[in-house]
Amino acid sequence: MTNLGSRWRFRLRENLQGYRFLLPWLIGFVLFTAAPLAQTFQYRLSNVKVAVTGIELTAIGWQNYTRALFTDPTFVQLLIEYVIETALSVPIILIFSMIIALFLNVPFWGRGIFRTIFFLPVVITSGPVIGELVAQGATSAPQVASSTAVAAFVGQLPPLLREPAHYLLSSFILILWFSGVQILIYLAGLQKIDRFVYEAAAVDGASAWEAFWKITLPSLRTTTVINALYTIITLSHFSENKVIRYIHSRIYDVEGGIGYASAMAFVYALALIALLMATFLVLRPRARE
Amino acid sequence: MPRLRIDYLRRIVWGAHNRPGILPTILLYAVLIAIGFVYLYPLLFMTITSFKSPDDLLNPMVQWVPTELYIGNFQKAFRVLDYLETLRETIVISVAPTALQVVVCALIGYGLARYRLWGKSILFALIFATFVIPPQNTVIPQMLNYRYLNLLGNPLSLLIPAALGQGFKSAIFILIFYQNFLSLPRALEEAARLDGASDLGIFWRIALPGATPAFIVSFVFSVVWYWNETYLTTVFLEGGIQTLPMQLARFTQAYENLYPSSMVNIFDRLNEAVKMSGTLLTILPLLVMYFILQRWFVESIERSGLAGE
Repeated sequence: MTNLGSRWRFRLRENLQGYRFLLPWLIGFVLFTAAPLAQTFQYRLSNVKVAVTGIELTAIGWQNYTRALFTDPTFVQLLIEYVIETALSVPIILIFSMIIALFLNVPFWGRGIFRTIFFLPVVITSGPVIGELVAQGATSAPQVASSTAVAAFVGQLPPLLREPAHYLLSSFILILWFSGVQILIYLAGLQKIDRFVYEAAAVDGASAWEAFWKITLPSLRTTTVINALYTIITLSHFSENKVIRYIHSRIYDVEGGIGYASAMAFVYALALIALLMATFLVLRPRARE
Repeated sequence: MPRLRIDYLRRIVWGAHNRPGILPTILLYAVLIAIGFVYLYPLLFMTITSFKSPDDLLNPMVQWVPTELYIGNFQKAFRVLDYLETLRETIVISVAPTALQVVVCALIGYGLARYRLWGKSILFALIFATFVIPPQNTVIPQMLNYRYLNLLGNPLSLLIPAALGQGFKSAIFILIFYQNFLSLPRALEEAARLDGASDLGIFWRIALPGATPAFIVSFVFSVVWYWNETYLTTVFLEGGIQTLPMQLARFTQAYENLYPSSMVNIFDRLNEAVKMSGTLLTILPLLVMYFILQRWFVESIERSGLAGE
């Protein structure tokens, strides 16, 4: 009995010490995440008016939601485009960053230079910079998007594919530029694979090609899941993202702007979470492995 | 004998298991250079365009090599961005929250890694949630609260969340430090405890010195992300402080104010060369920092165990 009591007291002491380190985060979470979330919960069901003294809320039920989903044609359109563009970009970014990481993982002369180049976009990817570069046509695949043959080819595509094809061509470099951190994560994943596994496979007569499919790719499964989730989140939070720009443009509407923007932000968050869950279900490690 | 020589040749060209051949090596470099060019293309385009004089811009013969090293664009962009003042404010806005955020995230990561806490999985879920939820869901009430407290346009509106582990992308830095402190040997901690060190003392004297790579990585990423962040800065700082990306976003308008198109001659109108100079000036400090730190940075990433699980 005393033994159990002293053990419990020991754990309590450890928890008290540990939570002391977490105290700033707990306060911050309540003040800057939980409380604002609760506040927007109220905004979403209200008509919010900003007055000099504070804000005035008038309950209007689900009107903000029905407006976002059924009345406003722009929001739903942008939301669909966002889902399609994200679904297109993520596989490209993942495959591309995996290939680059595989290259950078083998020693060769000048590796440092190439590493520097490939991590460069991490440093300079900001909304206005990208905006300027896109406006000047510096982010489309050089000479490809502008050539008449490609334009004619895209024009031939069924309307359903035309938009995505155009998106891919016009922002090809932009998509690749989002791979910086993902390359790092893949590199870290590659370095964790035991070198002896490759040697054993080589002794058994496996070619490099087979080793890639049978050893490297399965070992990178968790890393791929992390990368996919990370990519989706960064793309969705990027300040040039069309949905985000639209939500932001509504905030300062005089008539009910805040309530409406809050409702849209919530729908957007749900869409993002649905995307993340779908990705996770597709990529998750199978139980058998 | 000839058979042997063919074998030898084949091994040089194709490579053997212990060393790469000529052909795969050429292929490797070809692919890397091609991708590297695609990566650098926007930067090259930006740099070259920003040195083009108005004559060069109109001349279809001038694609990649300007006829002269024209710096008039930079002089204009420098004035339009109000460069030195804006640069100073941008540095403050990116370095100060970073310093707070990195230290606090180290504390949080340490607490999560070294203590058997009740409800740890819930804590991780909540930390992940702060990373996933789009800021648009929390920014409006925060803005209204700051307005009420008269903190809009004040750097404190970014510093306070950073000091409480709710800065920009804090969750990632918490995870980096968590990974880092997880690998600290228990024996070291217990030896210090026997010597009478307190919990904070252990953190300060044993854990921190070993975490230098994690600090470097977090610092660089955090500065870069704060520097480039325009959504939160626009909402919280508008009217008080201008960062370079914010100023770049309204470049056209600022240019019109300084050089009204009805007042200046046609060569001084806003053209893409001036815009590209402005863009280059905005990211130049980051590029300089990156090239100075990059050797250190890449090494640190490998040693910090970034994105372990």
